Amino acid sequence: MSLTENIHIGRPTNRVDGRLKVTGQAKYAAEYPAADLLHGAIVGSTIAAGRITALNVEPARQVPGVVEVFTHENRGKAAWLDRSWRDEVAPPGHPFRPLHSDRILFDGQPIALVVADSYEAARDAASLVSAEYEVREHCTELERKRSEAYVPPEKRSGIPPPPDPRGDPEKAFEDAPIKISRDYRVNAEHHNPMEMFGTTCVYEGNDKLTIYDKTQGSQNAQGYVTSVFGLKSKNVRLINHYVGGAFGSALRPQHQLFFAVMASLELKRSVRVSLTRSQMFHIGYRPDNYQTVSLAADREGRLRSIMHDAVASTSHYEDYQEAVVNWSGMMYHCDNVKLSYRLAKLHTPTPCDMRAPGAAIGVTALECALDELSYEVGIDPLEIRRLNFASKDENTDKQFTSKALHACYREGAAAFGWDKRKSVPRSMQDGHDLIGWGVSTGMWDAFLQKAEATAKLSADGKLEVSTAASDIGTGTWTILTQIGADAFGLPLEDVTARIGDSTLPTSPVEGGSWTAASNGSAVQAACEAAKETLFKHAKKMANSPLADSEFEDVAVSGGCIFRIDDPGKRLAISEIMHAADLEEIEEEGKVGPDLLQMMKYISYTHSAVFAEVRVDEELGIVRVTRIVCAAAAGRILNPKTARSQILGGVVMGIGMALHEEAMTDHRLGKIMNHNLAEYHIPAHADIENIEVIFVDEHDEKVSPLGVKGLGEIGIVGTASAVANAIFHATGKRVRDFPITIDKLLAA
Amino acid sequence: MNRFDYVRPDNVSDAIRALATGSSKVLAGGTNLVDLMKYDVERPGRIVDINRLPLKEITPTAEGGLRIGALVSNTDLAWNDDIRRQYPLLASAILAGASPQLRNAATTGGNLLQRTRCYYFYDPSTACNKRDPGTGCSAIGGVNRIHAILGASPDCIAVHPSDMCVALAALNASVDVEGPDGKRSIPFSDFHRLPGSEPQRDNTMSSGELITAVVLPPSDFGANYTYLKIRDRLSYAFALVSVAVGLTLKADAIDEARVALGGVAHKPWRDTAAEELLRGQRPDTQLFLKFADQVLTPAHGQGENNFKIELARRAMVRALHQAFAGTPQDQSVKSVQ
Repeated sequence: MSLTENIHIGRPTNRVDGRLKVTGQAKYAAEYPAADLLHGAIVGSTIAAGRITALNVEPARQVPGVVEVFTHENRGKAAWLDRSWRDEVAPPGHPFRPLHSDRILFDGQPIALVVADSYEAARDAASLVSAEYEVREHCTELERKRSEAYVPPEKRSGIPPPPDPRGDPEKAFEDAPIKISRDYRVNAEHHNPMEMFGTTCVYEGNDKLTIYDKTQGSQNAQGYVTSVFGLKSKNVRLINHYVGGAFGSALRPQHQLFFAVMASLELKRSVRVSLTRSQMFHIGYRPDNYQTVSLAADREGRLRSIMHDAVASTSHYEDYQEAVVNWSGMMYHCDNVKLSYRLAKLHTPTPCDMRAPGAAIGVTALECALDELSYEVGIDPLEIRRLNFASKDENTDKQFTSKALHACYREGAAAFGWDKRKSVPRSMQDGHDLIGWGVSTGMWDAFLQKAEATAKLSADGKLEVSTAASDIGTGTWTILTQIGADAFGLPLEDVTARIGDSTLPTSPVEGGSWTAASNGSAVQAACEAAKETLFKHAKKMANSPLADSEFEDVAVSGGCIFRIDDPGKRLAISEIMHAADLEEIEEEGKVGPDLLQMMKYISYTHSAVFAEVRVDEELGIVRVTRIVCAAAAGRILNPKTARSQILGGVVMGIGMALHEEAMTDHRLGKIMNHNLAEYHIPAHADIENIEVIFVDEHDEKVSPLGVKGLGEIGIVGTASAVANAIFHATGKRVRDFPITIDKLLAA
Repeated sequence: MNRFDYVRPDNVSDAIRALATGSSKVLAGGTNLVDLMKYDVERPGRIVDINRLPLKEITPTAEGGLRIGALVSNTDLAWNDDIRRQYPLLASAILAGASPQLRNAATTGGNLLQRTRCYYFYDPSTACNKRDPGTGCSAIGGVNRIHAILGASPDCIAVHPSDMCVALAALNASVDVEGPDGKRSIPFSDFHRLPGSEPQRDNTMSSGELITAVVLPPSDFGANYTYLKIRDRLSYAFALVSVAVGLTLKADAIDEARVALGGVAHKPWRDTAAEELLRGQRPDTQLFLKFADQVLTPAHGQGENNFKIELARRAMVRALHQAFAGTPQDQSVKSVQ
């Protein structure tokens, strides 16, 4: 089949849902209408630790239009056992149960839900709910809890703990002629997707619900609802057709889902609950962290020892974990490695996966440290990375299914003009601006997850492909349409993709950059199965021109199935269906990891990020004037949406380097900059030239489609490339992210 | 957000009558008031929507200046030909602020009356003397990297967030207000106030008064001026420090100098005694540093914002160089000139 040409895969293709989105026709969770809809507003605690001793909800009940005020004293019934509250991606611990008791474990923790017949009445009444507390001592400051850090006793599923040490890293460090040991920190970040969390729960009678929810996994959220509320699976349908960004924050069901469903079941009405922007700061976040990286090298720059320790924040009720330090054991060749990762409990909500969880902060620290080491050795920062290239994963002793990182270095450097770099810091200047160039390597997992899909071919030749995937702005609608179209040689408009619905074929949550590889491959498998069924019917027809053909000999295009070597031998799909008395052919496709292959091989996406900054040193102002991100990500299905993924990741990386941080008043245990005016992400003006390069990388092992995924690799390495460029410009090394004006002036 | 009554008067006297009840609030562009209502910081019993009042004109004054109606939008003001020709400092300052969408909605009067961006003021679960007098100031000893280095009090360390007002302070504008007791004109330097023991009062307007216009006297700062704004990102961020400069030159020396600072105090900060240091002097970095040191003599950091003192010093020197050289900061150019 590979002989037929792909018309759509590999071609820059506009989003099939683009027009719906820009014309406002794409509906998001909180936009679905329902008859007699009620509106909920959440009230948050004003302390970070303690107990509620009294709640005054009477003024709220007096507001015209208020239907009910739920608190821990009258909330609806829900599951008793912890495990009933654990969703697919939950870390070990006791999942948060809204209104479960009078205990307060973080600021802004929901203490009441006001339900009213209008959003305005609900908001008004919510502002009138007050509570009295028995205040307990809280701590939101990781620094103060570092000494109590612990290795999480129970591992989070899917997150590899740091590998055992190899070699003798302490002695190698001691003996090496050149070494550094540095402390880094990336301040806590909040996802802040454009779309606020919202759920519209439509009550269909008899505990039957249709739920529109902002989630990255319709089936994960549906499973949570049925488990928490003891509902029959067939009675709960959860839809997430469009998701206005998420970055990992919607992997786990957030509490507005619980509230909408709880109120709906209790009141036997349809209920909508949305979070406000401020309340978005009281859900998961990228953990605060302190990291120490110690590197030693010989005089040529070959790594002799790598030690990387990280302490990251978690909540008092769950042990959130991510792979922060593991990267330091596999990005470069080194025989002596020691990696450690510990947690410290704070009075915050449980952190949650945020774009490239773990790597985004861990690789940042490693890549800054390696840059520092390159200056100690006196070697070009790109050269030290090439010199220490790892040709296998030394953590697991497995081969990479592919690793075109050298091509990333080469093509990225050429596009950037790295060879013109002056090696000495502070050697490039233009007016008030010092100019600096920095580089970093990036790395992220390339997963294939279990996924299922169906393909349904109609007699008129049109195709529908279905899988319960989510599109969080990544382009899933479009690539699945492209894959279906190429399988049957159809124009895009003859293919309909169906995603974002828990009733569709089984899909993992949309995360980890695995959707294109997993759901894409499942759709392709379903299409192949449908094509094979079509072929069997074609073969069976009287006087079939394909009677002597094998499936491998034929292709489908232009509404016909034909021999590739003799296209005159053909049959129309409509003819075949008519002869077989069929209106449609529907088949399933399934994919999953090849466990046998996984004994020997492991897959990653790689990148090289080059950054140019201009620093007005006197005023501490940094501008990132150029980024070149060269990525090796296997097969690129849609260069247009793929590029957008990298652009978004790079912008977020610039935010990590220069802007984003939750500012917490530790006396109060409160985040103070809880809005988008004061929690800074890059504005358009902060983003200048970003060039994206996809290097050739052919990988038949990583996934049936040869795809690796791109959602996360763009952020990994960007912050470190920027920080390294700032050092090159100024000779100042700031190790505490974001690198703001005050830190540069003090450096 | 609470329930409220809403009225939309057609003329100024009806508006003033409507404002007579204590819990009324004026709605113009709404870019700040509506946010504050969503945060339950403002809970007005009545909204007086003044958008139908005839206050949208920019007209010449007999003295040769301009009178700007209170409802002229920030965008219209910044791009008005007379403003751009005679008061480019004002146009530049406006364009350094907010975003085009906000400037389209925001009005001249509203810009003067915008509230501080102090994090604590915006969070009703915290103590704040400006929001709830007598409760204390949480910003002292708290998250205060954006707070005041000049003119603060033990009761409040908030700063005024406007860019436009910094230029108006340098231009010696005045504010026309009208209330139950008639009309009056307030010099710009007297309009906003320092927090003292009454930080709930941002300005010297009386209860029930309405801004009708901002009046600009004739200006000679068309050639040697600048508005330099230093912030945490290149757009849509409030100033950490901003500097408005207007100079007139005589031969190679400075004749008159006006320098106003934003982002550093509860009001746009002028030090007219320090400005006198510049008069008759030939400009150089040493002179500018001497001036900046004089302005910052009373400066006092709160911990996280200590850096703003040095940043203000450097920003003043750079801005004075820009103004003297006749190369004002272009708000569409990202690098600082």
